[in-house]
Amino acid sequence: MTDSTQTLERLATSDYKYGFVTDIEQDTVPPGLDEAVIRLISAKKQEPDWLLEWRLVAFRHWLTQQEPQWAHVHYPKIDYQALSYYSAPKKKTDGPKSLDEIDPELRRTYEKLGIPLAEQAILAGVAVDAVFDSVSVATSYKGKLAELGIVFCSFSEAVREHPELVRQYLGSVVPYRDNYFATLNSAVFSDGSFVYIPPGVRCPMELSTYFRINASNTGQFERTLIIAAEGASVSYLEGCTAPQRDENQLHAAVVELIALDNATIKYSTVQNWYPGDAEGKGGIYNFVTKRGLCKGRDSKISWTQVETGSAITWKYPSCILRGENSVGEFYSVALTRDYQQADTGTKMIHIGKNTRSTIVSKGISAGHGQNAYRGLVKILPTAENARNHSQCDSLLMGDQCGAHTFPYIDVQNPSAQVEHEASTSKISEDQLFYCQQRGISMEDAVSLIVNGFCKEVFKELPMEFAVEAQKLIELKLEGSVG
Amino acid sequence: MRAYIVASRRESSIMLEIRNLHATVDGREILNGIDLIVRPGEVHAIMGPNGSGKSTLANVIAGREGYLVTEGAIHFDGKNLLDMAPETRACEGLFLAFQYPVEIPGVANLYFLKAAVNAVRKYRGEPPVDAMDFWDLVHERMELVKMDESMLKRSVNEGFSGGEKKRNEVFQMAVLQPRFAVLDETDSGLDIDALKVVADGVNALRSPERGFLVITHYQRLLDYIVPDHVHVLFNGRIVRSGGKELALELEEQGYALYNEEPGRARRAAA
Repeated sequence: MTDSTQTLERLATSDYKYGFVTDIEQDTVPPGLDEAVIRLISAKKQEPDWLLEWRLVAFRHWLTQQEPQWAHVHYPKIDYQALSYYSAPKKKTDGPKSLDEIDPELRRTYEKLGIPLAEQAILAGVAVDAVFDSVSVATSYKGKLAELGIVFCSFSEAVREHPELVRQYLGSVVPYRDNYFATLNSAVFSDGSFVYIPPGVRCPMELSTYFRINASNTGQFERTLIIAAEGASVSYLEGCTAPQRDENQLHAAVVELIALDNATIKYSTVQNWYPGDAEGKGGIYNFVTKRGLCKGRDSKISWTQVETGSAITWKYPSCILRGENSVGEFYSVALTRDYQQADTGTKMIHIGKNTRSTIVSKGISAGHGQNAYRGLVKILPTAENARNHSQCDSLLMGDQCGAHTFPYIDVQNPSAQVEHEASTSKISEDQLFYCQQRGISMEDAVSLIVNGFCKEVFKELPMEFAVEAQKLIELKLEGSVG
Repeated sequence: MRAYIVASRRESSIMLEIRNLHATVDGREILNGIDLIVRPGEVHAIMGPNGSGKSTLANVIAGREGYLVTEGAIHFDGKNLLDMAPETRACEGLFLAFQYPVEIPGVANLYFLKAAVNAVRKYRGEPPVDAMDFWDLVHERMELVKMDESMLKRSVNEGFSGGEKKRNEVFQMAVLQPRFAVLDETDSGLDIDALKVVADGVNALRSPERGFLVITHYQRLLDYIVPDHVHVLFNGRIVRSGGKELALELEEQGYALYNEEPGRARRAAA
């Protein structure tokens, strides 16, 4: 254990020695959704009129839309009037008083993942002041980034400090009328992240939501906007491998990425929200719209996702390849077990000349899990010499689970080259026995084989994240064989 | 002097003891009462025609699922082997060089081997292997089987030729250093050069503490790995045992000799 962790542990267990507790009234709007609620949200956030107007237009459009039914997922009807659409960031008094009050199962998970104590406390929403250390770390990073002209802040702050950027790009990739959930988000979004990398700047560190702790707990209708100007590059990490305490069942986030000429954006996600219990009760509905626009020449957007949580995952991180020679990539591992359902994939829309895209999707189903890959590769008439390679592999564990592949290919330019490979396999008895004969236990053998299966995707993750993702998959598969 | 005493005591001790072993696969009886004793330092060869039960014997010793022992016992260093899970047997020092090594896509050979070494160390209550020590050991052992370094980074057996797979089995054995190794038709599908390399690897591992059970269809392998004892397996039973000269005799006469009696018995029954 490092010194700093020990210090944090002392702080965390020292009975509020450095603590001061203030009772803060919960700032929550009653359930229900109408224009008044949207005006209230906007007013509370002291938003400019144009943004309120944008929200209202979205809301009016949402009223005319139908919830999509095409995904390969099943869930009871959501009563949107029963949800509360605004809750101010939860204050520290809100959570458990110490880690001892946390569900032991959750703590065991944290320990297995090797999450430092301080981080465990944050994730679990524990009211300990030891987290202040991390906040100061975050602040020092912020200073360094500011020197380079990089803007990395909460969405609300961006609306206040950089309204011209927000106004220019908000909804430019995912328009408010895009789809049911994106439209709902546009009307009621609470907060999220904003990143702007100025021309020619390579962001010197991975930007992570973790370093934005003070602005966390904005989960439900999160809105993220990342802009990389000409020649800029950035790697952004979303989420965390640990299960986060969360009481919202419906998550409808929107992420928009914009890459200008020669810009590169790498967006990595590890999603491990509450999947529901072993009988399929509860769990998060994760209905997310993520899309990147390669607006400039030679720009590149790369999505990497490791989806292990949520009861239902419905997300298709996509790339619109408008700039000439632009590149889109999608690397995905989706794991479903118990009664989890995932319908995920990507859309690669080729518009510009010589645009290229790569899709690597790895689905793992265990227990009663249902895993669907759904992907669209669209080559428009303008996309001379477009290239796509897609590879979709499914791994089945047990005989109650399912894997489904729905590839859609739409080619409107004869010079295009589109390749699609798909495979479905099971972990074979022979593989397991081979490992066991070398001394490796059945469970370790399973994670070894599964990690091998996911390797192509894991290697796209930033190093530390990759190690965590690997541990997470191991943990998720515990008890799923034998 | 003390070392000598230890060695001599070991020599007299029994490493593997198989008594009246009967086993079925899918309800069919394949092994019909096998008796076999292997002492430390000995190399035993099991020869027999196809379908005589050679591979079944190897799989039963290693504990593969689907092989049901209906009667008899196997003891390894006095411990009941049949009570142990396959991984426990491996950790106790039992190694099986597979006839058909499986591919594990995406898992680097080196990584796999390290996981195996550490699993055994954990079982023994030892800390994980030091990265540098492991690297040294791997390089030393690679030379033993003339293996190219690039094979360490490739996925376990994926895209390996038949010869490379067998070489990889012997390489794994050389790194894991088991006390008792079963080689299941390690010679099958090998050309003469590859056969020599594999045999050299095995011979380098022969020691007074280590026992081998070499299963083969052909005498050829035994020109290079010279056994102390040769057993003929037929219809799930050891029908004859002898020294290394028995292998040569079989080479000349074939297995037809052993086929006659049961053949007549079948006809009589019909």
